Amino acid sequence: MTPAASFFRDHATVMKALLFATCLVPLAWLTWDALHDGLGADPVAALEHRSGDWALRLLLATLAVTPLRRLTGRAELVRFRRMLGMFAFFYACVHLTIYVVIDLGAYWSQLFADIVKRPYITVGFAAWLLLVPLAVTSTRGMMRRLGRHWQRLHRLVYVIALLAIVHFLWLVKADHREPLLYLAIFGALMLLRIDARRAFGARKIVRS
Amino acid sequence: MRRIPPPATGMQITPEPIYRSRREWLRTLSLGAIALTAGCESGAAPDAAGRTAEESIEGKALAIAERGKYVLADPLTRYKDATHYNNFYEFGTGKGDPAQTSAAFHAHPWSVEIAGHAEVTGRFTLEDLLKPHPLEERIYRMRCVEGWSMVMPWVGIGLGDVLKRFKPTSNAKFIALTTVNRPAEMPGMRSAILDWPYREGLRIDEAMHPLALLAVGLYGHELPNQNGAPLRLVVPWKYGFKGAKSIVRIEFVETQPKTTWNELAPDEYGFYANVNPAVDHPRWSQKTERRIAGEGFNVFGNRTPTLPFNGYGDQVASLYAGMDLRRNF
Repeated sequence: MTPAASFFRDHATVMKALLFATCLVPLAWLTWDALHDGLGADPVAALEHRSGDWALRLLLATLAVTPLRRLTGRAELVRFRRMLGMFAFFYACVHLTIYVVIDLGAYWSQLFADIVKRPYITVGFAAWLLLVPLAVTSTRGMMRRLGRHWQRLHRLVYVIALLAIVHFLWLVKADHREPLLYLAIFGALMLLRIDARRAFGARKIVRS
Repeated sequence: MRRIPPPATGMQITPEPIYRSRREWLRTLSLGAIALTAGCESGAAPDAAGRTAEESIEGKALAIAERGKYVLADPLTRYKDATHYNNFYEFGTGKGDPAQTSAAFHAHPWSVEIAGHAEVTGRFTLEDLLKPHPLEERIYRMRCVEGWSMVMPWVGIGLGDVLKRFKPTSNAKFIALTTVNRPAEMPGMRSAILDWPYREGLRIDEAMHPLALLAVGLYGHELPNQNGAPLRLVVPWKYGFKGAKSIVRIEFVETQPKTTWNELAPDEYGFYANVNPAVDHPRWSQKTERRIAGEGFNVFGNRTPTLPFNGYGDQVASLYAGMDLRRNF
C-alpha cells in the first residue's frame, strides 16, 4: 500500500469517527434538554418533533451524498452514506418509540387505529417500515449477496423521503412553510441527480 | 348598581403569592434531593438557581372580588408554560413565538366597538366596559384542538353580563367577534397564514351562558400580550381556537358569522368546535389529550381521556339538545 492510500484510509477512519460523533449530537442535545427541563411546556411534543426533524434531515443528508459526490468529483464521499442512512433510521426509531412509549403510553394500542385511520400516521409509519429492509441490507455482505437487486431495493429511499415529508405536511395545521422547505430540498436533490447524470452522460460522449 | 362582594372565604384556588412559594418550596425540595444524591452539603441556596426570577408573574396585579366559585381538582399549569406555549398566530405560528414577539404590542389604551342588533351600540373604552363588573377568578381546563390541554386560572367577567348591558334585540341570534389587526405590532400578520383579522363567533345562548368568560387576567395579573391582552374570550367547553384574543369588535348578528379556522378548513374546524372525544379531527384522534400541568418535568403519564364538552357537559350539554353533534362539530 502506498503511503497516500494508507493516509487516506486512516483519514477516512478519522472522518467516519467524527461523523459518527456528529450524528449523535442531536441525541445528546435532546437528552441534555430533557434532563434540564429544557424541552418547554410540552416536552413530549418537543421530543417527537425534534427526533422527527433529525430523522428527516439525516435522510436528506443521505440523499445529498450522491449529487455532492458528482458535483465535487470526490468519489470517497460515498463511504459516509451508509452511516448517514443508518442514523436516519436510528432517529426514526427514536421518533416512533417516543410516540408509542412516551406519548401514547398507556394508550399505546391506539397506534393501530392511528395507522389505519390517520393518514399522516399511516405514511409516517410506512416510511419507518420501509427503512427497515434498507437498514437490514446495508451491510457489505448483503450488498454482495443482493447484487444488482441491492440498488433497486435501495431506490426505496426516494419514496421514504417523500413519505416522511408528506407525514410532516399532513400534521401541520396551517403553516406549511417548514415541511415545504424540506420538500424543496428533496426536489433540488432529485433535480441535481438528473442534471448530474446528464452532465455525466454528456462528458462520456465528449470523451468517446 | 351591583355591590362588589367580599372575597370568598375558604378559597380552594391558589392565590399568586402561594403559586410562587409553592414552586419555590418544590424547587428547594428537588434541589435538596439533588444535593443529597450528589453528596453535597446542604448549603446550596435554592434561589441561586435564578429560575424563580424568570418565573415571576409579570403585569399589574388585579383586584379580584370573587374567587373559589369555579375551581378544579386538577393541578394548575405552570405560569411559565401557560404564558410561553400557546397559539396566537398573529405573533407567529410557533408556540413559543407569541411570548417572544409580542413585547411591542400596545394593549393600552383599548376600546371595543359594539355593533349590530342591540339597543346600545358604539365604541367603548375597556375601562367603561369593565367598570360595573366585579372581577372574578375562574380555573378552567383549556383543550386545544391539537390534542393538548392546560388548567388555567383566568380573571374576568361573565360575557353574558357584559352583553346584556347593550340590550341585544330579538334579531341577535349570534355574536361575531373581530380581533385586533395591527401587522406593525404583530409580526405573524405579515404572512398570509390565516385570513386576517382573526374572527370568531358564538350562538347567542352560548354567549349568554354563565361559563363564557371575557378574560382580562391570568394568574391574578393582567393578561400578558401573548395570551390575548387586554381582553379575550374563554369558552372552556370548546376547543381553544374559539377563544378570540385581543377583541376589538363585538357585533350582534342574525346569521351564523364567518369564523377564521372554519373558513380555512370547514371539514376540520367546525363553527361549534365543542370538545368532543367522539368526533375526531379528520387528521388526528380527539379521544385523549396531553395534559400540560403540574410542577416540573413530566414526560410520562400526561395522556388523559378527553371529556365531552371538556368536562363541562353538566352545565352546557342542554344548549345542544336535539342537535347532531357529529354534523355540527
